[in-house]
Amino acid sequence: MSVLSAFLRRPAAGSIVSLIAVVGFYILFGGVNVVTLFGAASWLNFAANLGIIAIPVGILMIAGEMDISIGAMIPAGSMVTAIISGYYGLPIWVAILAVVGVGVLVGLVNGLLTVNTTVPSLIVTLGTLVALQGIVLSVSVFLTDSVSVALEAPPWAKLAFGQLIGGSHQVIILWWLGLTLVFAAFLHLSPIGNWVFAMGGDKVSARNAGIPTRKLTIGLFMVSAIAAAFVGMCQTIQFNSAQVSGGMGYIFNAIVSVVVGGVLLTGGFGSVFGIFFGTLTFAIVSQGIYFTQIDRNWSNLIIGVTLLIAVGMNESFRKLAMTAIRKKGTK
Amino acid sequence: MEMVHTAPVLELQSVDKSFGPIDVLHGISLKVHAGEVLCLLGDNGAGKSTLIKTLAGVHQPTRGKILMDGAEVSFATPRDAAERGIATVHQFGGTFPLMSIGRSFFVGVEPTKGWGPFRIFDRKKANDIAVKAVRDFGITRIDDGDRLVGGLSGGERQSLAIARAVHFGARVLILDEPTAALGVKQAAHVLRIINEAKRRGLAVIFITHQVMHAMAVGDHFAVLIRGAIAADFRRGEKTREEITDLMAGGETMADLEASIDAQERRHA
Ligand SMILES: Nc1ncnc2c1ncn2[C@@H]1O[C@H](COP(=O)(O)OP(=O)(O)OP(=O)(O)O)[C@@H](O)[C@H]1O
Ligand SMILES: [Mg+2]
Repeated sequence: MSVLSAFLRRPAAGSIVSLIAVVGFYILFGGVNVVTLFGAASWLNFAANLGIIAIPVGILMIAGEMDISIGAMIPAGSMVTAIISGYYGLPIWVAILAVVGVGVLVGLVNGLLTVNTTVPSLIVTLGTLVALQGIVLSVSVFLTDSVSVALEAPPWAKLAFGQLIGGSHQVIILWWLGLTLVFAAFLHLSPIGNWVFAMGGDKVSARNAGIPTRKLTIGLFMVSAIAAAFVGMCQTIQFNSAQVSGGMGYIFNAIVSVVVGGVLLTGGFGSVFGIFFGTLTFAIVSQGIYFTQIDRNWSNLIIGVTLLIAVGMNESFRKLAMTAIRKKGTK
Repeated sequence: MEMVHTAPVLELQSVDKSFGPIDVLHGISLKVHAGEVLCLLGDNGAGKSTLIKTLAGVHQPTRGKILMDGAEVSFATPRDAAERGIATVHQFGGTFPLMSIGRSFFVGVEPTKGWGPFRIFDRKKANDIAVKAVRDFGITRIDDGDRLVGGLSGGERQSLAIARAVHFGARVLILDEPTAALGVKQAAHVLRIINEAKRRGLAVIFITHQVMHAMAVGDHFAVLIRGAIAADFRRGEKTREEITDLMAGGETMADLEASIDAQERRHA
């Protein structure tokens, strides 16, 4: 009983319960073969690409900010990689550095605009999202006369960023698992992680307590931009080509994953493992439906219902976490 | 206690504060010594919050001086004031309700363990110190540093915030209506903690609307009326009725009662 109540107080509780519920629903009502579902790569590949972006976006939300420009950073990362290494034939490491550089630059712009104006970061990054789309399209057409560019990456780069393991699982899954641990250590173990929560809880008090809120905000925007560009780069290396379009769906998907994962939209509360399980839940709902006898046209309905149920659970678990745990034997 | 020979920890000399054309404070002169509770009384809108925000570095005085230990100081930011040992606790105590007691206690000064780039937040140490600090103030119900601050009662949160200020070496403790919205028991708790802070040698500035609360802990009282000090007296120099009348802005309690009676008769 007390183990259960301790579990329910954790930010990840809602997403874990949602994940179990969704899998259970598909098994009971969708006639899913569990072995086929868990052996399949599609939802894991989907979760990995999404999860690498959802975690830094979620950390920004815990810090009280929002970044939707990631939708344009994915094609930006793709095109930078393909143009530099495919079109111009420069070594792939030049492209990798450029991808990180573009991420730093866009994160810097997002961060500076957010900390120096009173415009909410949702609007700031909506602006940079649209602007970046324009830049990616124009620059690609200007340099290559095309909206899609081919790339043949060297074997080591394929191995590191764009390989299929066992013929079906993308190597990016390993990046996702590794980065989840790194982000979890950053947010929950490092002292700076504590600053993120404080900043999302009350920015003014956090600044008065000596936390460099401006630098931290800019840094977090850089990380989310780099993460999105990294996913774009991996996709290009994986599929040997890049397109200027695409990436928009990630905005919606990342936000759903983060919210199902128990992050409070107004900041100050959440966890990396919650986002991890939120992403998994979302991936199973949207990709797992192909393993069921349920008509796939229903999948958005199921996503919507899952979102509402998960958010409802997160609300009540958070209220529970706020109430005191009375230990036996103390008054 | 006689304190004539030591300089006051904090002193205001003829401080004025205006926001553009609006004059809020006029010619405020006040002193507060170590180990002394100064009660700041006054009606709504009298300028109490503005006065303490000026002391805490949120606002800068338009005219006049602030002195600490007899030397003139100026605070550009709340941070400057905090570094000088001026700690402000707001009405709802902890400002991070969704953080744990241990984590919120150490925001910005997190204890770490480990080595080099692998230094990690020392949760156990943070929890132990935070829990001990509040328990030393007599709040023995708090025994788990992982509990969220938002799960504490109003009085416990106030106590936690005060314990935190004392732990980090505050010399002046500013409390803006810490007992408002608290029940009798909880308020008594906070008053005990104010006494404990005073016993430890802090200078306390205590804002309240409740005369009983002020009289329970105050050594020195200042009444603000429309931004000016209307009365400045020490413990025992005025009765409860006199103070209540002063706080009502010069109107006597008897006048107020008469007008309430009249109103009630009209509605009856
Ligand atoms: N930033 C500001 N700009 C203009 N006027 C202000 C500002 N801050 C406060 N005032 C005015 O100064 C006056 C005093 O306000 P203050 O908040 O200091 O009162 P108070 O004594 O704390 O009242 P209460 O008991 O209700 O908390 C009010 O009339 C208020 O409108
Ligand atoms: Mg006030």
